[in-house]
Amino acid sequence: MMTKFLSRNRHTVQRLGFSAITVMALFTVLPIIGTITFILVKGGSAISLDFLSGFPHDGMRAGGILPAIVGTLYLTLGTAFFSVPLGIAAAIYLAEYAKENRWTRLIRLAIINLAGIPSVVYGLFGLGLFVLFLQFGTSILAASLTLSIMTLPVIISTSEEALRAVPQAFRTVSISLGATRWQTISRIILKEALPGILTGVILGLERAAGETAPILFTGAAFFLPQLPQSPFDATMALPYHLFVISTQVPEMPIQIQYGTALVLLVFVLTMNVIATVIRSRARAKRQW
Amino acid sequence: MEKSLSWREFIITRLIQTSGYSAILFVALIFFFLLREGLPTLGQVDAASLLNIRWYPIENYFGILPLITGSLIVTLGAALIAVPFGIGTAVYISEIAPRWMREILKPLVELLGGLPSVVLGFLGILVLAPFLRVFLDLPTGLTALAGSLLLGGIAVPTVVSVAEDALDSVPRAYREGAWALGATRWQTIWRVTLPAAKSGVLTAVMLGVGRAIGETMAVMMVTGNAPVLALQPGSLFSPVRTMTATIAAEMGEVANGSTHYHVLFFIGMVLFIISLVVNIIASSVVFRSKKRAERILS
Amino acid sequence: MVDKITIENLSLQYSDGTESLRGVTMGIRQNAVTVLFGPAGGGKSTLLRCLNRLNDLTEIKSSTGRILIDGENILDPKTDVIALRRKVGMVFARPVPLPMSIRANITYALELAGEKRRSKLDEAVERSLKLAAIWEEVKDRLNDPAVALSGGQQQRICLARVIALQPQIILLDEPTSGLDPISTGKVEAALLELKKEYTVILVPHSIQQAARTADHAAFFLTGELIEYAEGRQMFTTPKQKKTEDYIMGRFG
Repeated sequence: MMTKFLSRNRHTVQRLGFSAITVMALFTVLPIIGTITFILVKGGSAISLDFLSGFPHDGMRAGGILPAIVGTLYLTLGTAFFSVPLGIAAAIYLAEYAKENRWTRLIRLAIINLAGIPSVVYGLFGLGLFVLFLQFGTSILAASLTLSIMTLPVIISTSEEALRAVPQAFRTVSISLGATRWQTISRIILKEALPGILTGVILGLERAAGETAPILFTGAAFFLPQLPQSPFDATMALPYHLFVISTQVPEMPIQIQYGTALVLLVFVLTMNVIATVIRSRARAKRQW
Repeated sequence: MEKSLSWREFIITRLIQTSGYSAILFVALIFFFLLREGLPTLGQVDAASLLNIRWYPIENYFGILPLITGSLIVTLGAALIAVPFGIGTAVYISEIAPRWMREILKPLVELLGGLPSVVLGFLGILVLAPFLRVFLDLPTGLTALAGSLLLGGIAVPTVVSVAEDALDSVPRAYREGAWALGATRWQTIWRVTLPAAKSGVLTAVMLGVGRAIGETMAVMMVTGNAPVLALQPGSLFSPVRTMTATIAAEMGEVANGSTHYHVLFFIGMVLFIISLVVNIIASSVVFRSKKRAERILS
Repeated sequence: MVDKITIENLSLQYSDGTESLRGVTMGIRQNAVTVLFGPAGGGKSTLLRCLNRLNDLTEIKSSTGRILIDGENILDPKTDVIALRRKVGMVFARPVPLPMSIRANITYALELAGEKRRSKLDEAVERSLKLAAIWEEVKDRLNDPAVALSGGQQQRICLARVIALQPQIILLDEPTSGLDPISTGKVEAALLELKKEYTVILVPHSIQQAARTADHAAFFLTGELIEYAEGRQMFTTPKQKKTEDYIMGRFG
């Protein structure tokens, strides 16, 4: 009698507990879906060819956001230009060359710390080193360099994981056939780890594309009447533009704000979806 | 031919090694430039006025206490949200959810991690703040609370993914052992799995908090930008100003090399040191628990 | 008959304390199958991995002694290990086809060695696949991924991959441990063919296999060479008590 009661009680507790946890998970996830749908719905009506291909005018209160779109594209590509080769090379070092010693631990600690540094502190650093000390000025170059250092830890850690997932036996066999270490990496390991590396690269660049704080004082411009002509020009950018029109411009038409948020969101979500698809496809195809 | 091959190999190896060490170089560079631009503060503003409660740079009041308390109260609020919800979601994903649900939830949470913080700040201004103003009957919705709510959301993905990793790495045998002794799944989660993953979950919390302290844009947009001392619980319902927001809002308007400029770098330096400490502690916790796990399993 | 390889007082210890070698001295004959056998952890694989310097990939605590191949000490730090590994091929316990086509698996090492001529490569593919007794089974699908083959076929591809380099010595580390009896038979038949041209060193996966294939046999126990003799003599009238006990199945 007693045990029966106890066991029923235990299962009631479990049922209640599970429900509570499930509700918590829902509370975490539903706002994400809500946010995305809300912006898609609200911003949808602002999207037109003129909006996407025009310059802002009337103090941003009318016109399009082309320079911001192009600027974000430039910044993302600029970031990729520096961070992708450096990040992958660093990952190769950690996964393929580094021995487990004090220096390697220091590198790992440095990477963890890079990942934790507040984005606005990256902005300060970029201002101090690239804009002022190296005299790149407020420019795409300075902003891209700042963003790429911020992106490095994501690219390094995901790429390293992808490289480590490639079976050790491939390396042993390749070396035993007279390949050098680098031949083994370049001809076999990199190819096998590519989907994982690509996923990491895209996720890293996705973060860079959406960031505002690091570019605030290193490359972002409030308004420019023309598209940037060289890496030494400042540029408009979607996240900064959204910040400007939602806080700095009085009587800003709400439509344009939602439209801008939508374009930024789509930009970032597309990258995210591509990354997710690459990853799941590679998992399904993998033969080892 | 063999000669040129080994030369190529040598150069490539060196390049790769240099790239590997670059991470150390960058951390050092960042610290160096923060010190270089931030330390002159101490020569220009004396410590007493730096620890004052008045931040009013135009009249040379550089008391950073209000900014520190602002950051603390917003972060504390964010942690109160992100920790339970983050850990709850991690438990749900790794212990309770059916497989298909997991496949949906994980990318969704990852997606939240990728949402630009300006977009969240933008919605904070347009949706969250007006709601809070009406719902709580406040003079303005742009308060520390609004910041905490957004920051909680921003920190959740970090907490979820690290905590879930930790739960995942608890050996299955632990759970099976508990079930075999007659524990329900719920009891197993509370008395076996979570305690076994304790250090990983702790790391998750720390990294989440670290993420919250450092977040800038969303906080700047919704906290109302008022650098006042925030010490009572009531401060949660009034406007505040965090350290990060102060840098972001004011750096664009200061003259390079001015006292104000140096003080902003000084604040950056403080933030850098906070994140350094948080991350070093968090990673040493992970490291230790990994070692223990290796010992148990070998 | 001359010794192709001379091992002089070879000792080695891994950093992690597993398997080691203690003062091994032996000569290995050309154009013969030399079998290294004994219980696990006895040092057989370690010895194999010394012969092509694959141990360079593992952390080693200490190593002394010499290994002479054609009179040259290959443990000398100045040795060109790439050239050495082309001369000393190795087949592993688990078949590991590289993640590429059957053909590319065979040509991989040749291309690394600088061979670009299509005709030479095709020739090598056919010759080595025939020697490894797998040509008939795969000649129509050379461009299929090698992982699609069965385990036994994969292992013969791995053998062919080594043969393609035209090495002088072939090391086989329990090459049939995961294979069915029919595949095992094919691999063993290939070995008998191979010894006409190469020096073959085999770590067998059973005593029966050792007895079937050995021209010479060496018995290893906890890192020491206990007995080294002609195959037939070793498996019928071993001299050492320990060898006899092991062959009779009293331990191991």
